[in-house]
Amino acid sequence: MKENTKVYWKGLEQLTNSPDFVQNAHKEFAEAPPEENLDHSRRDFLKMMGFGVSAVALAACEAPIRKAIPYVNKPVDLDPSIANYYASTYINGGDYCSIVVKTREGRPIKVDGNALSSVTKGGTNAQVEASVLSLYDNDRLRAPKATGKNTTWEELDKAVVAKLTEINAAGGQIRIVSNTVLSPSTKAAIDKFKAKYPTTQHIQYDQNSHYGIAKANEESFGTAMIPSYDFSKAKVIVSVAADFLNAWGSPIENTKQYALTRDAGEGKNDISRHYQFESNLSVTGANADYRSQIKPSEEGAIVVALYNEIASLAGRATVSGGVDKTYLKKAAQELWANRGSALVVAGSNDKAIQVLVNGINDMLGSYGVTILPHVPVYFRQGDDAAMANFVSEVEGGKVAGVIFFNCNPVYDHPMGDKIGAALKNVSLSLSTSYKEDETASMTAFLAPDHHYLEAWNDAEPKKNHFSLAQPAITPIFKTRAAQESFMTWAGESNVDYFEFVKNNWKDRFFKGGNLQSFWDKCLYDGVLEMPVEASSVSFAGNVSAAASAIASNYKSGAAFELAIYENGTVGNGSQANNPLLQELPEPITKAVWDHYVLISQKDAAAAGITNPESKTRYANITANGKTVKLPVLIQPGLAKGVLAVAIGYGRTKAGKVADGIGANVYPMVSMTNGSLNFSAAEAKFELLNEDYQIAQTQTHHTYMGRQTVIREFKSNEVKENPEILTKSFAPKVATWLDEDHQVKPGELSMWKGHDYKNHHWGMAIDLNTCTGCAACVVACNVENNVALVGREEVINRREMHWLRIDRYYSSDAEVTDWKGLEDASDNPEVVFQPMLCQHCNNAPCETVCPVAATTHSSEGLNQMTYNRCIGTRYCANNCPYKVRRFNWFKYHDNKQFEKSNVAQTSDIGKMVLNPDVTVRSRGVMEKCSFCVQKIQAGKLTAKKEKRELQDGEVTTACQTACSTGAITFGDMNNPESKISKLLKLRPANPNKPYGIDKIADNPRAYTVLEEIGVKPNIFYLSKIRNKDSANA
Amino acid sequence: MQVVSGVRDPLVTGGKTVHDVSHDISRHVENPPAKSWYLAMAISLAVFGYGLYCVFMVLWNGIGMWGLNKTVGWAWDITNFVWWVGIGHAGTLISAILLLFRQKWRMSINRAAEAMTIFAVICAATFPLIHMGRLWLGFYWALPLPNTFGSLWVNFNSPLLWDVFAISTYFTVSLVFWYIGLIPDFAVIRDRAQVAGNKVRAAVYNALSFGWEGGAKTWMRYESVALILAGLSTPLVLSVHTIVSFDFATSIIPGWHTTIFPPYFVAGAIFSGFAMVLTLLLITRKVFKLEDYITIYHIELMNIVIIVTGSIVGVAYITELFISWYSGVEYEGYAFFNRVQGPYAWAYWSMMTCNVISPQLFWFRKIRTSLVATFVLSIVVNIGMWFERFVIIVTSIHRDYIPSSWTMFHPTMYDIGEYLFTFGLFFTAFLLFAKFFPVINMAEVKSIVKHNSENVGADKKVSEKQHA
Repeated sequence: MKENTKVYWKGLEQLTNSPDFVQNAHKEFAEAPPEENLDHSRRDFLKMMGFGVSAVALAACEAPIRKAIPYVNKPVDLDPSIANYYASTYINGGDYCSIVVKTREGRPIKVDGNALSSVTKGGTNAQVEASVLSLYDNDRLRAPKATGKNTTWEELDKAVVAKLTEINAAGGQIRIVSNTVLSPSTKAAIDKFKAKYPTTQHIQYDQNSHYGIAKANEESFGTAMIPSYDFSKAKVIVSVAADFLNAWGSPIENTKQYALTRDAGEGKNDISRHYQFESNLSVTGANADYRSQIKPSEEGAIVVALYNEIASLAGRATVSGGVDKTYLKKAAQELWANRGSALVVAGSNDKAIQVLVNGINDMLGSYGVTILPHVPVYFRQGDDAAMANFVSEVEGGKVAGVIFFNCNPVYDHPMGDKIGAALKNVSLSLSTSYKEDETASMTAFLAPDHHYLEAWNDAEPKKNHFSLAQPAITPIFKTRAAQESFMTWAGESNVDYFEFVKNNWKDRFFKGGNLQSFWDKCLYDGVLEMPVEASSVSFAGNVSAAASAIASNYKSGAAFELAIYENGTVGNGSQANNPLLQELPEPITKAVWDHYVLISQKDAAAAGITNPESKTRYANITANGKTVKLPVLIQPGLAKGVLAVAIGYGRTKAGKVADGIGANVYPMVSMTNGSLNFSAAEAKFELLNEDYQIAQTQTHHTYMGRQTVIREFKSNEVKENPEILTKSFAPKVATWLDEDHQVKPGELSMWKGHDYKNHHWGMAIDLNTCTGCAACVVACNVENNVALVGREEVINRREMHWLRIDRYYSSDAEVTDWKGLEDASDNPEVVFQPMLCQHCNNAPCETVCPVAATTHSSEGLNQMTYNRCIGTRYCANNCPYKVRRFNWFKYHDNKQFEKSNVAQTSDIGKMVLNPDVTVRSRGVMEKCSFCVQKIQAGKLTAKKEKRELQDGEVTTACQTACSTGAITFGDMNNPESKISKLLKLRPANPNKPYGIDKIADNPRAYTVLEEIGVKPNIFYLSKIRNKDSANA
Repeated sequence: MQVVSGVRDPLVTGGKTVHDVSHDISRHVENPPAKSWYLAMAISLAVFGYGLYCVFMVLWNGIGMWGLNKTVGWAWDITNFVWWVGIGHAGTLISAILLLFRQKWRMSINRAAEAMTIFAVICAATFPLIHMGRLWLGFYWALPLPNTFGSLWVNFNSPLLWDVFAISTYFTVSLVFWYIGLIPDFAVIRDRAQVAGNKVRAAVYNALSFGWEGGAKTWMRYESVALILAGLSTPLVLSVHTIVSFDFATSIIPGWHTTIFPPYFVAGAIFSGFAMVLTLLLITRKVFKLEDYITIYHIELMNIVIIVTGSIVGVAYITELFISWYSGVEYEGYAFFNRVQGPYAWAYWSMMTCNVISPQLFWFRKIRTSLVATFVLSIVVNIGMWFERFVIIVTSIHRDYIPSSWTMFHPTMYDIGEYLFTFGLFFTAFLLFAKFFPVINMAEVKSIVKHNSENVGADKKVSEKQHA
């Protein structure tokens, strides 16, 4: 074999075999590895220097400091990212609610109702929901103050005790002024103080006084008390100017009970009938079946007339006076026909009127059924006479020491300016308010109390119904429980209020057994309730004297009367510095951040006032010698000749948020018949030539006769013809399968539809039980970190609320008269419609997003991926429900939102943010997520416990907040779920049980804009007004 | 090259020779600009600068600087976008469709019209960009690019995405078409510069002309490319505005959800585009003394196009109204009732007056051959077409299904500033074009200049006779 002579070479170098190559051939690397090359070149030097200089320069740039401090030692029972819940009690003056506080990493972030309480039964209202943000109010006092300077508690105590001792020695009078004190332990602490300083008197007053009721009951039944009411037992409710769903009595409880009678579920066609006689359209009036417009001066006369009607039916003596109004006779007849299950309430604070109301209720046999005098409530213990007496005492220099215990009478008492002026002459003036408010800023000493979420306390809202409050956070500032202050000043040795409350409870309620478990149970439940012995009362009021008092005290005839009311947002103004409430659309007017005087449509027309786009003019209102300047807002339903203004505005020392909004109208409240009268028989209205624009979230007020938006029926129609519920609405949009077969739009689709193999989340909203209170709106804001954008941005129509309550007035125009339909009736019927993302199965927003930032989940949710959103706003344009909200600005960062968006712009405010929900950046779209974070948490829990998710385990924030149960959320795939049963859901196609098409067999169920085939996952239950068609 | 009958009216008057054409057009590039040009440029730049400030403020602070709100998510931004895109259409129609139809009269106007298209599309494109809440991400997230975000992809269902494709295709094709047409003319300027000894200009235009040498083969290829591009552009004339109209037509908002939109938008686009071409050409013609190239005959023909398209648009408006009533659908009915009688009725009636009534005046020969009347009406038509888009967009969404959300839209200075920004951009670009590029396609015009020496000087008479 021939030798292979071929030479294989690795490269040209080997072939040429140059000396260079040979020299280096054995080396592994052609060049020395870099680390061995120690002599750096000039270029390397420059490179490194360049890098070094730029790195140092970059590092020197200020990077934002984010404070996140991890636990060094993990606290017991506290796992990061796992929420803890504490039962507690919301107390704000006499306002009460039993609550459950949700905390994350030691910060309260949400307040829910406590279902274990038989008083509030898990209900809340807007103020309760919003109160969690008041905890983080930037304008709170951070330490005690003496004569305007920060001091220490020791110094303050020394000074206060010295003063008190001095007063005591001289026999000077000491007064403790407060709103209603619900807490037995607090009263015990005050008693200790009183024991030490025997000249002390404790005076309670209420902003929204019910003193007249207590006095009337004293005359009628011998005890000055306010009874419990049970609206749930009432088939006929007549309210004369009592806004019992919002501001009168115990609104949360009333709402809860009232809703039970308004539930028009199947087989429950006998919903209650509700008559309302009132001047201003209140939330309660908006829910009434029959509403009559009266003037405030006629309240008494209406009650007299009603008394006479009932008395003549009962064959009793009538009294003189009275005035006839629409529906009055009808109301009387129905009350009489339903005696034993009827209820008459009046909002007036006049003893005389309330005596007559008692007389009516007595004739109707309401006592023991709808009115429970043996279970008195303690929400309103204020004594107008005592307070008036205090004012004259302090003015007359008879008082040496005043302690304002968590109250602000300089602002919220009609004679507040007198108190304020007199305070300089008082030797010791002190306020325990947690803010330097109008009163506190005039006192020498400030001994700030905790916020209620930081404090131990208890409450007795009703006889034998007790409630505990426990701190959900360590006090943020150097505040001290006012009770501890009282006990310190009383010279007690042990001033720990927690011990004090616990011992109180031990002494009063502990009946043996294990004390710790008794206490733990009380703490866990938050409430302790004991039965009250039933007892009957006999009416002994002097009705004819009352009638003549009414006749002499009320004169109508002035061109304008003034009604002063408490609205559903800022309420009495004590929480006015809370932007959640300021930006909450007032349930009726839908105005935010503004104070206004309401005028009737007729008077507005006469004065030439219109409100196009909420634009209006200022007017001067004069009543009882006080003048305020407010913009004018036209209010359908307001009686002609009446002006209405809300209390709660005109704060000057509430803080950055509330100061300067509107005018304080408390000084316009006068005394009539020994108690505060929230109206004026004569008011002057002077329109000014000064323009203003009110911020309203809704500027179109009628639903234009659109049956696909609102479906409402009269109970009579439904009784006569139940089919009307399903048959009355004929969709105008039709689709044809072929020439002969018309089908509903939506039955044919070019989409395949989704398959929801696991859950299919849905919601049902009952328009009949929704009272429009808007607690759900606040709850949604808090749960989902919704930005609050302030007045200017609301005027620009850019509020961010994910959930809104649309309030529609009826119109007198024909359905075809589109121009006429834009105007509301003079006394309109009102319907509230909570409107939120409908989570459409054929979502129009999803198809138009160019980047697929909004997509459909496998469980029926319409999801928004903020990170993917590029902000074209096409989805919002294409949303037929207009529920999508765009981040026009950087709400969490821009200076202009510091006032309104407290929760996202301040360090303290940020503590309230829900860590489970992203704070949205500018340029992205957002909307209701069905509280997807709560759904996920529920699913995870179930998964960890290796079980199926139970119905009711996942709730949305709005549902939890709803006192009336109008909102039901659940899995529509689960035939046993509450929502499936309520709506009587069944799959449209039995072969496709997990498909998008579910048919609701509940005849009241409908989906909004059914015609356009977007197939929402939210069903509404149509509204039934308990009206006789003939009289409507 | 087609043969043109000698009895046809000459399209270029004044007995121009081929040399005259080169000289008349090129001298504007060669001579220093007139004072009026500097003045116009200064105004354009000032407007552009102010607009840029407004754009900056919107980008820096957020879309909230505009007057949009929770109900009206688009207003001036998309109105302006559609308006500019519409304006662009005339250029493409003139250069592509009229080329295919062998309408020789287009030759002296197509260059400027195409330039207008390019600039109008650029102006239009700024709006979808700026109107995004997060432009810094949106400008590339809206493109189907491979990415590292996982499986994230664009949503091909979205008409906005179709817009991205439609507009970018349109822009690309228009730009190429326009530039190809410019090449022989650049070569003319280069040659003249070489003769005049201006080395810089010769070099620049040599580069711009891609070394065009004017050989027969080159011409042949040039014409083939022009024809192919015309073929490509033709469907674009119809498709671009059809797709823009899909933004509305595929939605569910009454007043948007209208099947008539594609043809109606295309007609409207051509209508507004011709009006804009007229506005621009009447000025250019005057300033650059091009009366012999852009004659009354051209203007009259364009006015006839305006009558036709304006009438189509008018019929479309009336059809919409009729259908909204005839459908019996409450929302449709209300949407149009609201247009006619609602708070924005003034916009609707402005639109009706400008778009339906005013072009009908062109039935009068006196009006359609009057320069002043044409100029005024061309502006009126463009105002009307702006209102048309505003009416469609804003009056439809400001009151749609749920009455509680009904609002009004009020523009802010930034809405207006943004619009001015595009005007500044457009006129700056157009003025630069007029100065540095030949405003009339010399190569093509030379093909329609009468070569017969007997016709020299007789043109005017013939034309006068025929028109009399």
